[in-house]
Amino acid sequence: MSDISADKLPEGPIIKGKLSRDDVIMRLGMVVIALYLIATLVFPLWAMLSKSFSTYTFNLSAYELQVSDEAGDYSGEILTPAALNDKMQVLSETDLIAGSDSRMGLTQFFPDFSFRSPVMYQIRNTSETGRFLVGSELKTGTDWLELDSNTFRRVQLRPEKATGLGNFVSYFSTPALFNSIKNSLVIAVISTVVTVTLAFWFAYALNRSCMRFKGFFRLVAMAPILVPSLLPGIALVYLFGNQGMIKELLFGASIYGPIGIVIGSVFFTFPHAFIIISTALAISDGRLYEAAASLRSTPWRTFWTVTIPGARYGLISAAFVVFNLVITDFGLPKVIGGQFNVLAVDIYKQVIGQQNFEMGAVVSVVLVIPAIFAFAIDRLVQSKQVALLSARSVPYQPSPNAKTDRIFLIYCLLVAFFIVGILAVCQFAALIKFWPYDLSFSLTNYDFDRMDGGGWASYFNSIKLGLFTAVAGTCVVFFGAYLVEKSNGFRTGRALFQMFAMLPMAIPGMVLGLAYIFFFNNPANPLNVIYGTMAILVVCTVTHFYTVSHLTAVTALKQMDREFESVSASLKQPTLKLFGRVTVPVCLPAILDISIYLFVNAMTTVSAVVFLYSPKTSLASIAVLNMDDAGDIAPAAAMGMMIFYTNAAARVIHLLVSRGVLKRTQAWRSR
Amino acid sequence: MTEAAAPLQTYLSIDNLWKAFGDFLALKDISLEIDEREFVCFLGPSGCGKTTLLRAIAGLDLQTKGTVMQGGKDVSNLPPSERDFGIVFQSYALFPNLTIEKNIAFGLENTGRSKSEIAVRVAELLALVGLPDQGAKYPAQLSGGQQQRIALARAIATNPGLLLLDEPLSALDAKVRVHLRHEIKELQRKLGVTTVMVTHDQEEALAMADRIVVMNHGVIEQVGTPTEVYRQPASLFVADFIGEMNQIPASAGAEGEVVIGGSTLKSQQHGFGAGSAIVAAIRPEDVIPHGDGARSPGAPDEIETPENAFEVTVAEMEFLGSFWRCRLQHEIFGDSELIADFSINAVRRLDLAEGKSMTIELPEGRLMAFAPAGEAA
Repeated sequence: MSDISADKLPEGPIIKGKLSRDDVIMRLGMVVIALYLIATLVFPLWAMLSKSFSTYTFNLSAYELQVSDEAGDYSGEILTPAALNDKMQVLSETDLIAGSDSRMGLTQFFPDFSFRSPVMYQIRNTSETGRFLVGSELKTGTDWLELDSNTFRRVQLRPEKATGLGNFVSYFSTPALFNSIKNSLVIAVISTVVTVTLAFWFAYALNRSCMRFKGFFRLVAMAPILVPSLLPGIALVYLFGNQGMIKELLFGASIYGPIGIVIGSVFFTFPHAFIIISTALAISDGRLYEAAASLRSTPWRTFWTVTIPGARYGLISAAFVVFNLVITDFGLPKVIGGQFNVLAVDIYKQVIGQQNFEMGAVVSVVLVIPAIFAFAIDRLVQSKQVALLSARSVPYQPSPNAKTDRIFLIYCLLVAFFIVGILAVCQFAALIKFWPYDLSFSLTNYDFDRMDGGGWASYFNSIKLGLFTAVAGTCVVFFGAYLVEKSNGFRTGRALFQMFAMLPMAIPGMVLGLAYIFFFNNPANPLNVIYGTMAILVVCTVTHFYTVSHLTAVTALKQMDREFESVSASLKQPTLKLFGRVTVPVCLPAILDISIYLFVNAMTTVSAVVFLYSPKTSLASIAVLNMDDAGDIAPAAAMGMMIFYTNAAARVIHLLVSRGVLKRTQAWRSR
Repeated sequence: MTEAAAPLQTYLSIDNLWKAFGDFLALKDISLEIDEREFVCFLGPSGCGKTTLLRAIAGLDLQTKGTVMQGGKDVSNLPPSERDFGIVFQSYALFPNLTIEKNIAFGLENTGRSKSEIAVRVAELLALVGLPDQGAKYPAQLSGGQQQRIALARAIATNPGLLLLDEPLSALDAKVRVHLRHEIKELQRKLGVTTVMVTHDQEEALAMADRIVVMNHGVIEQVGTPTEVYRQPASLFVADFIGEMNQIPASAGAEGEVVIGGSTLKSQQHGFGAGSAIVAAIRPEDVIPHGDGARSPGAPDEIETPENAFEVTVAEMEFLGSFWRCRLQHEIFGDSELIADFSINAVRRLDLAEGKSMTIELPEGRLMAFAPAGEAA
């Protein structure tokens, strides 16, 4: 054996493997799904980003005019709108800032204009790229165009498009807008601290004490996941609003604003924080506690030196997840935010209220920054979490302690009371005829067809969306994850795909929805046909919730033996046969989990779809929003509870189906 | 192995194979020929490249350079599905949701066989691996050894020309392992299928292989029959990796002589120039004890090579069941000790005990010389 380091790969070509049919199929499949992600995520986001940098201004010196006398003779004097404006000061500098669709008439520069006058006008662009409209006809080019007075009043200038930071400059010079950044951050931080603290002790009680009714508390803790985030807002209005049942408890403070948003945020983010922290507490190593006890550590010291460090990744992760949920949430601040502006609502107001798409895009970009930051830290923390697990860890067994168990029970009862209470208030509100004047029970609030918001049709649309999303999304996600996990070679492609799959988690729903408008509503886009249909809602929802589904699928696939594909290839069997006969059946529990996740989220999501629904495809969650907006708060609560019951039923069905399917196809699991 | 002797019998031939993972070279210029019906073991420590070589042969991880010929056909760049082999992995990779029968039948489907033909073949294979009644069970319901046999049955179901075994026994406990290696060897002989097995267990390789390929750091150190690699290791690495070996720093004397601690001993022919630093090596069981009754009663106790015999002190004795392992001290070894394995009878008859002295001989034909580790062999 000669000196190893001197050995060198000989020159010459490297062997390129011949692709098998399976390799080709898998690569094509991956390309298709990657293209799907590019078309539904990357391109829309790109469209939004470029929109935020697009500025539109009227350039008054880009046009030249001639005006004849009443006989139709021209003096030869050439006017420009700019010169006219200088003379007459019709418009200020800021009036010239425009949006992509702005138009400007010219008659305002001619104080004695009359459309009946025999005066003739000539107009032309000074450059080839100039544009103006006569009626709806676009005129370009530098040739003079002669128009009579009646036609001249229909001349409209179009703004010039430029790329630059202009939108951002105007955003940051408008206090009403950039104050929202501070508001959003404050709300998110407060909600995060409160939720993580509450969820930690709740999870601690469930994992580390011997109190009773743990199953019940676990169930209650998960309930908020089944409702749209704006539902707690409605409950809070009933409790603490202007005619609230117990508004005295606020001592005059208004629920409409930060207080309401924080309380509601705690409600809807609680389950997310609880799951993460509970997982972190569940995997702690019991041997450390035995060691601490044998070293005569006080419980207090053990808590700070063993429990907290053990759960710290869970806590950090939960904090960033909650932060992200709160800062990107739209429904809740819309319902209960009052005059308190936050970023997500600003996007909605800019786009829906003011039709200022460019500014909407700017706020979106601003909102994406903290969201991506929180997401990145969360991923970093989660990648470190793995190292904590050791095969030799012994699960911690709590021992009964009458006093602390009672304290934990009381604590959990309080939290459960809060969660159940919010839901109960909504249900109560839905059944009351007319709060607070007619307290008799009735079902009139369920007569959705008489309200704004799309009626019962929107409820069934939601179910349709849920089912489509669950089926299509699960197929796309699972197959995509399989291709990424189990195909050979194609390294760059797979890494890129992974990145695309992680991206949706960092993109707030409002931003995604707005990006979809820019991308899919563009008439030049061949995909424009799905705009305004159920298809775009399905696509958007699948993409919006892609990451968690993808990670679930990847986790399940990673537990499959790496060599199944090798064995199958050596037996000369197509990989797709292996996929159908082995991979899918073995991963069925994970597949069912993905579909229920997608269904529940499709039922509750508001943020992304609020920009994309059409009158025909209104959704239940949107109906809640719109009915609330229109003042029909009780029907909104009723619809919100319909979503809750539907999701709860879906969960139960999922449980039964899972059990049935497991019994039938997973007989191999039991010895 | 001469090329002219068996050109027709060569089934698998590997030529100048290289495999690079980035800058790391996992295989360096590997050339190897494997005959038809032969059972070859790739043996080496973890990270030596043996599994990489196996996966290159299978087409699971393509080599960077070099060719693989199988049955006279160049398969160098073919995907696994277009090659002809069956494979058994350490994890068995049995499909957990399919019954044993379905697992074995997996590769028989879509091959033009009818359902009844497949059923017959599956039954035949189950009988062959000695599990005729287990077809309806799921893999999780079988023991590790049984699962291993099913994996084997699945791999040979389609009568592949080449059987690849990737550490097939290392997940099993010792008893089952010994039993199963015998069975696999038997089955291989019966089927006559050319077989390549990867293992890091030298005992397994010695017991099962027709030929052993000893690998280290991505190169082949030696190819030979089990006796060859054991009795005539080609390098210090092979000598050290397979079996026990005393390694004594020494220098070369004249041809057939080594100088240990100032004494010149007769040794095997070695080809080192006089004075160059070498490692003298001898296996513990090759050390000959002398003295009254050292041999079987009645056998003459003669010292064959007086230069190689000397008086040593027994420093330590360890009872290992079928023999005694003794650590012997002598001035020529300096601080290190010579390890010798003596039979229980010899120890009893010589009445050996720690602290006693005795005469030993290092037989000329068993005393080897190697270049020190890290230098060219």
